[in-house]
Amino acid sequence: MANDFGIKSLGVYVPRQRMERAAIAAAHRWMAPSLKGLAKGRRAYLNWDEDAVTMAVEAGRAALGQARDGVDALQLVSTNLPFADLQNASLAAAALRLPANLRTLDIGHSHRAATSALLDALRAADGETLLVASDAPPAKPASTAEMNNGAGAAALRLGRGETLARFLGGGSRTAPFVDHFRAEGQDYDYGWEERWIRDEGYLKIVPPVVREALSAAGVGVGDIQRLVLATPMRGVPEAVAKAIGFKGEIQDQLAEACGYAGAAHPLLMLAAALESAGAGEKILLIGFGQGCDALVIEKTAPPAKASAVAAALAEEVVSSDYLRMVAFRGGIELEWGMRAERDTKTMLSEAYRSHEQMTGFVAGRCRVCDTIQFPQLPYCVNTACNAKADFIATPLAEEPGKVLTLTADWLSYYMSPPLYVGFVQFDNGARVMMEVVDVGPEGLEVGQPVKMSYRIKELDPLRGYRRYFWKAVPIREKADA
Amino acid sequence: MPSGFRDRVAIIGMGCSQFGERWDVGTSEMLAEAFDEALADAGIERKQIEAAWLGSCFDKVNIGNSSIPAATALRLDAIPVSRVENMCATGTEALRGAAYAVAAGACDIALAVGAEKLKDTGYGGLPAQWKGTFNDMWQPMSSAPAGFAQLAAGYRTKHGVSKDDLKRAMAHVSWKSHKNGVKAPKAHIRKEVTMEQILNAPMIAEPLGLFDCCGVSDGAAAAIVTTPEIARSLGKTDVVTIKSIQISTGSGVEQTMDDWDGSHVRTTRRAAAKAYQEAGINDPRSQLSLMEVHDCFSITELVTMEDLGVSAEGEGWKDVLNGFYDADGGVPCQVDGGLKCFGHPIGASGLRMAYEVYNQLLGRAGERQLSNPSLGLTHNLGGVPYLGIACISILGLAGA
Repeated sequence: MANDFGIKSLGVYVPRQRMERAAIAAAHRWMAPSLKGLAKGRRAYLNWDEDAVTMAVEAGRAALGQARDGVDALQLVSTNLPFADLQNASLAAAALRLPANLRTLDIGHSHRAATSALLDALRAADGETLLVASDAPPAKPASTAEMNNGAGAAALRLGRGETLARFLGGGSRTAPFVDHFRAEGQDYDYGWEERWIRDEGYLKIVPPVVREALSAAGVGVGDIQRLVLATPMRGVPEAVAKAIGFKGEIQDQLAEACGYAGAAHPLLMLAAALESAGAGEKILLIGFGQGCDALVIEKTAPPAKASAVAAALAEEVVSSDYLRMVAFRGGIELEWGMRAERDTKTMLSEAYRSHEQMTGFVAGRCRVCDTIQFPQLPYCVNTACNAKADFIATPLAEEPGKVLTLTADWLSYYMSPPLYVGFVQFDNGARVMMEVVDVGPEGLEVGQPVKMSYRIKELDPLRGYRRYFWKAVPIREKADA
Repeated sequence: MPSGFRDRVAIIGMGCSQFGERWDVGTSEMLAEAFDEALADAGIERKQIEAAWLGSCFDKVNIGNSSIPAATALRLDAIPVSRVENMCATGTEALRGAAYAVAAGACDIALAVGAEKLKDTGYGGLPAQWKGTFNDMWQPMSSAPAGFAQLAAGYRTKHGVSKDDLKRAMAHVSWKSHKNGVKAPKAHIRKEVTMEQILNAPMIAEPLGLFDCCGVSDGAAAAIVTTPEIARSLGKTDVVTIKSIQISTGSGVEQTMDDWDGSHVRTTRRAAAKAYQEAGINDPRSQLSLMEVHDCFSITELVTMEDLGVSAEGEGWKDVLNGFYDADGGVPCQVDGGLKCFGHPIGASGLRMAYEVYNQLLGRAGERQLSNPSLGLTHNLGGVPYLGIACISILGLAGA
């Protein structure tokens, strides 16, 4: 069993920015007072400098740890990728410093896309794939989706060797069932009545696929301990469980602190299920959207000692400034002043030339004097050395660091003021002036431990481009940690 | 150590435009204001100028790139004119070019002129810097105050100074300059402010509040330099000479290696050491009569007092609070109000500082006149504390 193809590791990311649902409801109470009924907990939303690519990189890093070798495919699943023609997975692959002989692929167009990709990869059982689902479904202000939706990413490393879980069998079905859609160029989804989606969609499309998957796995529904069915609709998992005769544990929807993360949600919930399940437990994973996928997955490892999902949910910067969430996704045009008129054009030739050290955040260690330095320039920075560049690549993204100097800049144009900047002093001796993000009301002090996060550095609204770089995020010690 | 050019170059004329929000004129007119005054002061004619250096920093506002706009504005026909740009050290850089040309014997009389038109941007503060295509990939796009504000965090940590104590010392820096600026007719801001106003002002880049930041102004300044011999032949009896000009540019050590502690400006220390050596100064605290330093932000001036070796390390904030740098203190600093009150039209600032020292040395400073000054220092800081250009000049009476 140890050599079976399966899920070797997992990683998740949930944006730290969380909006009080009560604040959303309060903003709309003049025209949609019924939203108050949904006003519980907090939903995750993207900081201005996050998107499906940055979340994918974070989840991917968590799944990979330091072990980047051996991965030969990266599949990025989302319904909200930043680029329509420019492979988003290739951007994530560079930030993850995955080997260059990698197959990369973007997958999307349905909230079912992640389960379909997972099913394909598990059936192929070939090589080593990093499957990342990353999504932040947009929602029109005052819609129930605005209350229910969230954002997040989950990554699964699939391959042979020590596994967390293995695949027993699955099934699929396609149907031109339009529960919601979003045409090219549209900002928001358009959806049909929930009762129809439940009765004609979930309850008629899902059960036959579940039967097929159970049959393929050679198990009965009574052998399944957990049902993972990601949906923004309340009551649906329970109704489906009843329809298929399932009496085990229905996996929590992560509504309290995250919300429904579109195409990423099935894998986020699967990650939570995998963490808590014991060895031998069987999980029924269902993906829904223009049909259905069902997968029977068996946990092969004992329960995780610490939950990455719980940790990601607990790391939060809570706000009740509703317009912050709206402004970050460009839903309201604010007066940012003339400083916002700065041209943010990316010189693509320069970006490619420097991508290994910039996108990968790779410093150089001088072979002559051992000084670790970022950026890498033609000569060593150490005045006692100044040798011609001969550097050993020294990645900084996973290196611990602390804030050495800092300020909160209220003058610069910055979409989430103030702009915190300061020197990050890495434990290995490297030092970089960086943006510090997701600081929150606690503020920032000298000595604050930080970790690195892949973010949008510049948005170029004139040309529709965006450029990424690494930023620092405070590591907050939780009282219970 | 090269012999340097102490006393080899004399300043025979200086000019300074009115600084401020010069909605009434463009850069060409401000250049002309400073140029006319400098020519009249020198007692020479335009055609006697053999070479000129223009300092201007920003291309998109101001007069554009190259030396042509200055040559056109001042009708410097067919002589060598060069434009120099070295961020906030640009004005002193122009003076250095002209002075070096004279010291080298390349010409007898040279002009240094600098100007900036910051009020044609449509907003307050400096335009966003363009960092080049490579650095733009990684450097945060933070403001000038954000770069300097970090000195406060480094200084507090290094010397164990509380946030309140340092904020009060910084406030005193600005309070003193505002008081001095009232007596400077060409200053932009001529108004006293109270410590309470300074301490309670809106935050720009923590801990720098509005009054911790210098003004934003238009302005121009000019200097005409020659040899001391020619100065005397032109009838000058009191001759102001350049004792030293030293520049130190960072190579990335502070921002890349792990030994800089964030509390001081290494390039200022390097430039000061070389400038004192060139000028023959061994105890700046007792030898300097006055200083015009780069008070772009209050914390910069405070830290500079230590970097220049006038205050002991960690003691600068106490000297400030004790009034040592006030107009009636041990070494008056910013007697004309400094950048705080003149604002900081980049290309002009270094020359504006030299203008104050020059006039003090010649006893022409009016209400601000100090008694018998003999040596004065100017200090510019381009870039940011951890990656910048420190530029120091020392001017004095010939023989001092």
